[in-house]
Amino acid sequence: MKLYEHEAKTILAKSGIPTPTGSLAASPTQAKKVASQLHPPYAVKAQVLVAGRGKAGGILFANSLKEVEKASSKVLNMKIKGLRVGSVLIEEKIRVKKELYFGITIDRSRRCYVAIASTTGGVDIEEVASDKPEKIFKVFIDPTLGFRSYHARQIANKMGYSGKQMLRLAGILEKFYKVATEHDAELIEMNPLIETADGGFVAADARLIIDDNALYRHLQYKERLFSKDKTELTTEEIRAKKAGLAYVQLDGNVGIIGNGAGLVMATLDAVQLYGGKPANFLDVGGGASKQQVVEALNILLTDQQAHVVFINILGGITRCDEVAKGILEVQKEMGFVKPIIIRLVGTNEEEGRRMLTEAGIHVLDSMEEAAKKAVDML
Amino acid sequence: MGIIVDRNTRVVVQGITGAQGNFHTRLMLDFGTQIVAGVTPGKGGVKIHGVPVYDTVEEVVLKHRANASIIFVPAPFAADAAHEAMEAGIKVVVVITEHIPIRDSIQIMAHAKQRGVTVIGPNTPGIITPGESKLGIMPAHIFKQGGVGIASRSGTLTYEIAAELTKRGLGQSTCFGLGGDPIVGLNFVDALKMFEKDIQTNAVVLIGEIGGDVEEQAAEYIATMKYPKNVVAFVAGRTAPPGKRMGHAGAIVMGKAGTAESKIAAFRNAGVKVAEKPSDIANFLHVYTPKARKLEGEGTRT
Repeated sequence: MKLYEHEAKTILAKSGIPTPTGSLAASPTQAKKVASQLHPPYAVKAQVLVAGRGKAGGILFANSLKEVEKASSKVLNMKIKGLRVGSVLIEEKIRVKKELYFGITIDRSRRCYVAIASTTGGVDIEEVASDKPEKIFKVFIDPTLGFRSYHARQIANKMGYSGKQMLRLAGILEKFYKVATEHDAELIEMNPLIETADGGFVAADARLIIDDNALYRHLQYKERLFSKDKTELTTEEIRAKKAGLAYVQLDGNVGIIGNGAGLVMATLDAVQLYGGKPANFLDVGGGASKQQVVEALNILLTDQQAHVVFINILGGITRCDEVAKGILEVQKEMGFVKPIIIRLVGTNEEEGRRMLTEAGIHVLDSMEEAAKKAVDML
Repeated sequence: MGIIVDRNTRVVVQGITGAQGNFHTRLMLDFGTQIVAGVTPGKGGVKIHGVPVYDTVEEVVLKHRANASIIFVPAPFAADAAHEAMEAGIKVVVVITEHIPIRDSIQIMAHAKQRGVTVIGPNTPGIITPGESKLGIMPAHIFKQGGVGIASRSGTLTYEIAAELTKRGLGQSTCFGLGGDPIVGLNFVDALKMFEKDIQTNAVVLIGEIGGDVEEQAAEYIATMKYPKNVVAFVAGRTAPPGKRMGHAGAIVMGKAGTAESKIAAFRNAGVKVAEKPSDIANFLHVYTPKARKLEGEGTRT
């Protein structure tokens, strides 16, 4: 789950990491009021959950309260990568000496957290890593030791700082690691982390993605996951999430439902291989209930983009008769408004097939044959 | 034979009294898995399908010499269960549980490394050595004893492929799921090393997907070690857009990293046949392992 910049900064500030002075505003008038408590010049920053808002014009600077009002009104009326800007963060602009990067994420192959630092901040760190690998410093964090004070000093030292300034930076990095683990961060970044004109350090931007599986330990954020204006998810994606379905909207014409992430991905690929284009990824998971199947079908039957729906079920824990019940309920309640191709094999296959066949619904048993047929129906 | 588990594996089921644990204990017993005991804290003393239940893994190891564990414990408590098993001396831990926080999984893997424990999962369908032992939730009837080793990052897709192989007369030595999470115990290189040593295995199928780089690592290993057995690969997620998680927490393309194209290219450069669709795998195995059919004809071979 992605947090907003202002949420991430509030967390950093609470743990003693310097952040710019500022506050959130939802209207130009409010923005002006917030700015009146600050020293100029100001930064007006769109609060959206997608990266690249700077390039999209979502960050503006202002020298007067009037300019803050104007800039806020402009940013609040923007859509960035399809997402409405609901609020702006008004801050005092920092006097930059140098832009740095510091982040912590997961290293999958080493099975540990990795701390990444760079003296080239403010830009895409992946680009720096591929273009100027010598500007990147990494510490793979041994899970039994954690990120110790000496690791922080090593990094600050490699970044070219010494004496009191080195200790000051190291202190920030150490606190930052604590924030990362306490919040189950999948990714946490200060980009840029700014060395100010007077030799201090300030986190000018912050990003924090909490591991979805750990949200039960962070209930204050979990609640927000389903509220419409405060997530990057589409209406259908929220609806699916509530029903316990894994759903991703794509831009093709064949709606796809399956059980198991790998099988659904392979189904999407098969549809594409035969010349169709997947409209979505929808995994009903293991042991799906009738109700989940109903909800999944409803999502795809109301999706204007999907001209055909392809259901691909290979029952292990999932029972074919339960899936068939869901399909029949949808047929009864709203009818099939578009062609539906069904492939149904595995646990309780005979019963599931019998139920559907009796209702006049044809069932296939090869995934590839079914994928071909779905594309033919377009 | 096969790898990791065989007829001598003595299994404890952690979380045996839960719905999933209870249900799959029965299926594993039906299959012939030697389940010696179950553990559910607070339920010690009861029996589930004739299997004695204890409060701690320590007791089970002392009284029943269990050497492998399968975990069905809910995510918030699963890490505790895994640590308990490892500290009690269990050497193979299969974590079926889904949605375990990454931070917990990192700790599990560090502990496993210290004690030399093999962890399969989390978020795995488990492991099966057909004809011998099954520590998992996969439907047993689609598997058949034979010479193909399968390591996979997914569940149902593995069933799809295994069922097809079985139908085409290609049995399996051992088949297991690495797990769908970003942090899991085994990777494809580990699987390749174990299958190489296993005399029953004459070909290996790797079922990969987008995200991470275990496929690229496997390709590099195959190329540099001149891997002696035939390997066929499948990679799911060619159609996945960047930045979107395709169901599995581990299946996500970040920037240029983790794309299906990169994995397929790595395999092809290493001389590994990559199947376009699941049914191609059996075709490639028939072409590249004429021995597979012969082995089937020899019947049980352990």
